[in-house]
Amino acid sequence: MPTAGADATRLTRSEKTEPLLVVEDLKTYFQTPNGLVKAVDGVTLSVERGKTLGVVGESGSGKTVLSRSIMRLNTAGNVITHGSVTYNGEDLLAKSPRQMRDIWGVEMAMVFQDPMTSLNPVVKVGRQMTEHIRHHLGVSKKDARDTAVELLRSVRIPEPEARFDNYPHEMSGGMRQRVCIAIALACGPKMLFADEPTTALDVTVQHQILNLLGQQQVDRFMTMIMVTHDLGVVAGRTDEIAVMYAGKVVEKAPTKQLFADMRHPYTEALLRSIPKIDDPKHTKLSAISGRPPDLINPPSGCAFSPRCPYAQPQCFTDTPPLGAAPTPGHQYACWFPVGSPEGKDAWDKNLEAKRPQTMAAAGLVNATEELAAGAVVGG
Amino acid sequence: MIKMLGLRLARLVATLFAVSVITFAMTLLLPGDPINAILPPTTERDPQIVAQIREEYGLDNNIAVRYKDWLNDAVLHQDLGTSYVTRGQKVTDQIKNRVPVTAQLALMAVVIALFFAIPIGVLGAYRQSKWDDQLTSAGMQVALSIPNFIAAIMLGWLFAIKLDLLPNTGWARISKEGLLANLKTSILPATALALTQMAIFSRLVRSDMIATLQENYILSARAKGLPDRFVLFRHALRPSSLSLITIVGINFGALLGGTVVIEQVFSLPGLGSKLLSAISSRDILMVQGITVFIATVYVIVNTLVDLLYIVIDPRIRRS
Ligand SMILES: Nc1ncnc2c1ncn2[C@@H]1O[C@H](COP(=O)(O)OP(=O)(O)OP(=O)(O)O)[C@@H](O)[C@H]1O
Ligand code: SF4
Ligand SMILES: [Mg+2]
Repeated sequence: MPTAGADATRLTRSEKTEPLLVVEDLKTYFQTPNGLVKAVDGVTLSVERGKTLGVVGESGSGKTVLSRSIMRLNTAGNVITHGSVTYNGEDLLAKSPRQMRDIWGVEMAMVFQDPMTSLNPVVKVGRQMTEHIRHHLGVSKKDARDTAVELLRSVRIPEPEARFDNYPHEMSGGMRQRVCIAIALACGPKMLFADEPTTALDVTVQHQILNLLGQQQVDRFMTMIMVTHDLGVVAGRTDEIAVMYAGKVVEKAPTKQLFADMRHPYTEALLRSIPKIDDPKHTKLSAISGRPPDLINPPSGCAFSPRCPYAQPQCFTDTPPLGAAPTPGHQYACWFPVGSPEGKDAWDKNLEAKRPQTMAAAGLVNATEELAAGAVVGG
Repeated sequence: MIKMLGLRLARLVATLFAVSVITFAMTLLLPGDPINAILPPTTERDPQIVAQIREEYGLDNNIAVRYKDWLNDAVLHQDLGTSYVTRGQKVTDQIKNRVPVTAQLALMAVVIALFFAIPIGVLGAYRQSKWDDQLTSAGMQVALSIPNFIAAIMLGWLFAIKLDLLPNTGWARISKEGLLANLKTSILPATALALTQMAIFSRLVRSDMIATLQENYILSARAKGLPDRFVLFRHALRPSSLSLITIVGINFGALLGGTVVIEQVFSLPGLGSKLLSAISSRDILMVQGITVFIATVYVIVNTLVDLLYIVIDPRIRRS
């Protein structure tokens, strides 16, 4: 069965215990006329076989660049990558583009952010599904077609035989994302990247697609990295979560642990900004005040300090390292963590001084971009 | 879809009508009296004979009537009239006789140009700003800046005179002397015509392709592990060829009327050289006929190009 995922029972012991993916101190910078954009700035993480890691952060925090850097899909000519990416014991950054082509699709696959633009508009859906099956697995046209129709059925596309001959524009957004998922699954990859797979879709369709991804991940024993800006999306669907801010991981913990005991003020802010189900579709509740940081000249000290409700003078000068919390597997980078006595003191001080960011977080004033943009000094 | 085809057809007819009016009007503006073409200017003119000739060719009627008669013959009888100069020679026969030469040249030029331009353009986009792109770009710039007839003379000198591989002038008809002989006489003029076209086409493919390569679906195709070749030619080329097709259509039309100089250089019996001699001998009906023929072909080619869009981009089919 060409589309079957990795079979858990066939793995050797070391394969079972070693994480499938290990990323160490990964840096991806872009050279631009305005300066060096530090889109990913020293990320370390690992994902064990069959597990799902959620990568969460605001727009521009470097999630897409991170996942593309791991997969070696950053094509821009101005890109500089440092660090190490070890997949299944192999150093991916040392591989040539030629060697990567044997990994793409077969070992690692990606579902992209926008299904409206990630399918070729002038090529029939069927061919977009079969071309890499045929290329990688060397099967006949007929077998590839059968496999593709089967895949379309498994991602719950009605009348898969008829849909096979459709062009992308003849399908709805949700349907196209199902096709994209089917394409990604076609050669049975061991590792799947889902880069905001539902952001461009309707709320009702979002859940269907996320459930579909989760189901396929379990069925095929895939390892998955799910990228999103919505903590709500990853809450029940991941084993571990890494929160990104300005190209860095600022908090990382097993999912349950993170929601039970989050330490980083930014994670807390993200949680506060999750839209509630019964809100009107487009209201963005309690957005985080202030703008995402400039990646060329990031703020000194903690990158979140200009927007942080807890920020104290130390935050504006010293960069907090990613350190371990008492619970295993939990790490965060903050001087005044949420839920700690220092954090409580910092919050109270800021509230007393009427620091706008703190006032907004406490729900005493509305958060706006302008509100916090100029006000930098805390406590 | 049907409605769109109907609309295109209506536009085609309207354009052709406009073309015929303009052509007719323009040839009337040519300096000199057509009588001069019919009667050698040196001969003593008997007013009675002149009047008789005017009568015979309908030169006395007003313009509207003359246009109506001419259009009537053209549309209903496919008859574009009879030459003033070579009395009895029908314009349509002349066109039929000469059009294969010009059409073949234009077609060969476009095919040769595309044959080289597409790979060069694709390579240029793929290897943007690398040494091979710079080299081919410079080459295309040179090809673009050499006028057709200079290229024609240089090619003739090299292949016909220096290397003595091909005939320098003349034309062998396929029907009479066979395909090989025909190719020997047509390859040099066609290549001379193709050079500029190749440069234009390859620039176009390159720039459109550079834009297409930024598209998300190209990244998805690469992320599937397809070879670059495959991504370039199967995924990127088709969406990058809409403006190429437009320009190929326009230039093919232009070549049909624009091979005049090349036909002169290689002494080819094409439409262009006939048009040239007709103009210089004030053979008004011949000029009219050839011009309107070229314009008609041009308009039809461009309509076909519009229809080709539909084949290339399935999204247009719906609207
Ligand atoms: N080729 C490039 N050249 C320069 N800067 C780039 C390039 N690609 C990405 N960036 C920058 O890197 C930063 C991170 O971008 P990225 O797309 O990873 O964000 P993201 O977290 O995925 O956001 P979103 O939720 O909007 O998708 C952005 O500031 C972006 O402008
Ligand atoms: S409290 Fe200080 S260190 Fe912690 S997130 Fe806020 S600004 Fe950064
Ligand atoms: Mg992104």
